[in-house]
Amino acid sequence: MKIAVCVSHVPDTATKVKVGVDEKSIDPTGVTYIINPYDEFAVEEALKTKEKFNCEVVVLSVGGENNKETIRKALAMGADTGILLKDDSPRDSFGVAKALAEEIKNQCCDLVFMGKQSVDYDNSIVGQLTAELLDYSCVSIVVDFKLDNNKIIAGREIEGGKEIVETQLPAVITTQKGLNEPRYASLKGIMAAKKKTIEEKAAAPYSSLTEIIKMKKPPAKQPGRIIGTDASAVPELVRLLREEAKVI
Amino acid sequence: MANKILGILEQSEGRLKKVSFEVLSLIARLSGELKLEAEALVIGSEIENMNDASGYGVNKITHFKNINFQKYSSSAYKNIVYDYAKETGAHYIFFPNTSFGKDLSPLVAAKLGAGIGMDCIHFEVVDNDIIATRPVYAGKALIDIKLKSEVKIFTIRPNIFKPIKLNSLATNFDVKQIDNPDLKTKVIEFKKAEGKLDVAEADIIVSGGRGLKGPENFYLVENLAEELGAAIGASRAAVDAGWRPHREQVGQTGKTVSPSLYIACGISGAIQHLAGMSSSKYIVAINKDKDAPIFSIADYGIAGDLFEVIPALSNEIKRIKS
Ligand SMILES: Cc1cc2nc3c(=O)[nH]c(=O)nc-3n(C[C@H](O)[C@H](O)[C@H](O)COP(=O)(O)OP(=O)(O)OC[C@H]3O[C@@H](n4cnc5c(N)ncnc54)[C@H](O)[C@@H]3O)c2cc1C
Ligand SMILES: Nc1ncnc2c1ncn2[C@@H]1O[C@H](COP(=O)(O)O)[C@@H](O)[C@H]1O
Repeated sequence: MKIAVCVSHVPDTATKVKVGVDEKSIDPTGVTYIINPYDEFAVEEALKTKEKFNCEVVVLSVGGENNKETIRKALAMGADTGILLKDDSPRDSFGVAKALAEEIKNQCCDLVFMGKQSVDYDNSIVGQLTAELLDYSCVSIVVDFKLDNNKIIAGREIEGGKEIVETQLPAVITTQKGLNEPRYASLKGIMAAKKKTIEEKAAAPYSSLTEIIKMKKPPAKQPGRIIGTDASAVPELVRLLREEAKVI
Repeated sequence: MANKILGILEQSEGRLKKVSFEVLSLIARLSGELKLEAEALVIGSEIENMNDASGYGVNKITHFKNINFQKYSSSAYKNIVYDYAKETGAHYIFFPNTSFGKDLSPLVAAKLGAGIGMDCIHFEVVDNDIIATRPVYAGKALIDIKLKSEVKIFTIRPNIFKPIKLNSLATNFDVKQIDNPDLKTKVIEFKKAEGKLDVAEADIIVSGGRGLKGPENFYLVENLAEELGAAIGASRAAVDAGWRPHREQVGQTGKTVSPSLYIACGISGAIQHLAGMSSSKYIVAINKDKDAPIFSIADYGIAGDLFEVIPALSNEIKRIKS
C-alpha cells in the first residue's frame, strides 16, 4: 500500500484580507502562507498509518513554486517524498482534483488523505471530487479512522452527532480537527526535509468550470453600541433584542 | 433537454430538515426567474413530515425509498441523484450546505462533469444564468461566481434563505422504490451528541470563551442557552483547553454560523473567531474589556463582568417569558 497526502498552501488565518487590484483575488502584499491547518491532520494520519502498516507516504500539492514550502513542512513531519504538480495560474477545485487524481493514479496510491477544507476558498470539495474522478470511496469530515485489511471504519462529524461509516480501499479520507494531534517537526526531520528533492511535474491539463466575476468585501457591520458596564444594563439589552432586533 | 431546476432535500431520522424548506423556496423563486420547472427529491426510508413540503411552489417531489436509507450512504445516494438529474435533464441542482450536502454534492458534480459553487448566500439571475455570491476566507471576502458547465450545482448556506409557503400550487408527491442500492460506502451507526441543538443549525447561539475561566462555569452559558432555546458555541481557546467539545467551536477552523442572534460571552473576538460568526444577524457581546475587538462587530454590548451579567440576563429572559 502507498499513501498520498494532499496539501494546500494558504494565507495564514490571521491575514487581514484586502481585495486585489484585479478585483478577483486577494492582494498578496504582506500575506504569509502556511500549510492549510486541516492538512496537518491529514499528514499526521498518513504518518500514523505508515507507522502501523510500514508503507510509503507521498505528499502532493498543486500550485506554484512557493507550494514547495508547504510540501517541505509535510516532509519535515515525516513524509517520504514530495511532488509539486506545477501550475502558476490558480485553478478551480476541478482543476486541482484533476491534477491530483492523475498523479494519485500514477503513483498507485490506494489511500489518500486530504484536509476537509482549504481555508482560502473554503470549498471543502477537492477530496470528494478527486475520489469520484478516481472511482475511489470517500469519507469526508473524518474524526476517527480505522483501517483493517481493506476495510475502513471512519467517524464523520455531522450536525448533532457522529456517523460511523464503513467502506473499502481504495479511498479518499478528508480530515477534521479532533482526528489526531499533528506532531511537530523535529530538528532532525527539518534537516532531513531540506535535503530531500521535491519532484516537479506539470499539472494535468483541465478546463475551468468556474468563473470568478468579482471579489468584494462583505458589507461592513455598523459599529456596535455599548449599552452599559454591568448587570443594570440587562433590562435595556433585553428590550432592544425584543423591540428593535425582534430576535427573542 | 435541460429544462429542470432540481432541489435535493435532506431528512434526518425520518424528518425533512428545516434547510429542505429553504431549498424548496429558493428553487421555486429561481424557477420563475429562469423559466424552468422546479422539482425536488429526497432520499430516505419513511418520511413523517413529507406533506409539510407541499405548497412551496415546487411542482413535484420524488421520494426515493429503501429500508437501508434510514442511514446515509454516499455511494447509493450519488447514483440516485445522478440518474434523476440525467433523466429529467436538470440544468441546475441545489443542495443544502450541510455535512450531508457537502459530502454528496461534489460526488454528483464529478459524476456529471458539473461545475459547483459551495455555501452560497445570494443568487441573482442575469442574462438567464445564475450569478452566485459566496463567502471566501471564512467570510473576510465575498466572491460572485458563474459556472461554465452544462449542469450547474450550488449548495446553499442554511438559515439564509427564508422558506416561504405560497399554497398557490399543490405539489405532486411520488415514491420510487430503489432496489439493490450500491451500499459500498454506508453509515452503520449514528451516535447522537448529548447536546440538544447544533450550532450550525441553531437560530440563537450563546457562545463562551476563555473569559469563563474554566469548564465548571459553563453552566452560566448553558442556563442562558436553555432560557433562549439556543445552541451552545465556544471559542477555540475554550475548546483547546478541553472545556468544550470541538463540534461547538465557532470560527475559521470551527463552524461558520449565521444565526439571528449570537451572544458572545468572554470572547475577545480574534479574527479567526469573527470569521465564523460575523454574518450573524444580531450580535451581543459581554466582555469586561471595553476595547475587545468583539465590540467592533457587536450590535449591542455590555462591557462588564460576565459572572454578573449572564445570570442577570438569564433571569430577565425568564421573567419576560413568564
Ligand atoms: C490557525 C488558527 C485557527 C484558529 N481558528 C479559530 C477558530 O476557529 N475559532 C476561534 O474562536 N479561534 C480560533 N483561533 C484562535 C484565536 O486566534 C484566539 O486565540 C481565540 O479565538 C481566543 O479565544 P477567546 O476569545 O475565548 O480567548 P481570549 O482571547 O483569551 O479572550 C478572553 C476574553 O474574555 C474576557 N474576559 C475575561 N474575564 C472576563 C469576565 N470575568 N467577564 C467578561 N469578560 C471577561 C477578556 O477581556 C477577553 O477579551 C485560531 C487560531 C489559529 C492560529
Ligand atoms: N492546490 C492543492 N494542492 C493539493 N491539495 C489541495 C489543493 N487544494 C486543495 N487541496 C486538498 O483538498 C482539501 C480540501 O480543499 P478545498 O476543497 O479547496 O476546500 C485540502 O484540505 C487539501 O488537502
